[in-house]
Amino acid sequence: MATITTLKPDLPLAEAGDAERQRFERWFDERFEEKMREREAAHVPSLSIIATKGTLDWAYPPFILASTAAALGYEVSVFFTFYGLLLLKKDIDLEISPLGNPAMPMKMPVGPDWFRSINWPVPNFLQSTIPGFERMATSLMKKTFETKGVASIAELRELTLEAGASLYACQMTVDAFGFEQGEFIPEVAGWIGAASFLPKAQKSDITLFV
Amino acid sequence: MTTETANAEMSVLDATGLNCPLPILRTKKAIGGLASGTVLKVLTTDPGSVEDIASFCRQTGHELLSSRTAGGTFEFEIRRG
Repeated sequence: MATITTLKPDLPLAEAGDAERQRFERWFDERFEEKMREREAAHVPSLSIIATKGTLDWAYPPFILASTAAALGYEVSVFFTFYGLLLLKKDIDLEISPLGNPAMPMKMPVGPDWFRSINWPVPNFLQSTIPGFERMATSLMKKTFETKGVASIAELRELTLEAGASLYACQMTVDAFGFEQGEFIPEVAGWIGAASFLPKAQKSDITLFV
Repeated sequence: MTTETANAEMSVLDATGLNCPLPILRTKKAIGGLASGTVLKVLTTDPGSVEDIASFCRQTGHELLSSRTAGGTFEFEIRRG
């Protein structure tokens, strides 16, 4: 009140109250903005991923996203459930199945450029009857990734752990599929269920289901 | 700018031939081992790394001093924040 009186000595009482309130509101808005900026600057972004697939192709997205986010300084948690659980096995030996996946390019990883660029679509009925077709497709994809400088899943997993991401295993899947905890990498951050992972995901800025 | 000082102290990371996300992961590891203020030169061939390294620097508080192409190779100079 003293300030107001000094500024406008002739101000009637009601108007003085309004001015005081406006001044307070201005101060509050500025202070609020400032506090929000501080809060945003101090905020550590977080990412939660649920990894549910265990084929060579689908093993990439969770590890690429988790390792990159961890490198950007995010707090990262990945929950491996159902077939995704196999991505945490000590011996990681994943295969790809082109069967029923018409989007998968079937290209040769070797030879001259014109040869490599040819797509070789193989009908489903042939894929399912040629013995060892999936094994062949798997080795072709591994070879392609190798020549293109794409990391192997084992290497990416190592880098993901090194970058500080927490990898959780679904205990229900371990039991349901008849695994033992000893078959999985010792870096598993916890053997948990949906009720333990969801609260982590709830506090995350980004949640992804892969 | 202290170009001379930066050049004298510059470490080089060769991430050529590597694809996403390896250039970023290697950069993060290499820059983590440097003292604040020192400059790391990174070489890549992954076209995606041009945007990704810029984004990495923005997110992690490192300064991207330069980003240029030299005959199919991308060169970055990053000052550790």
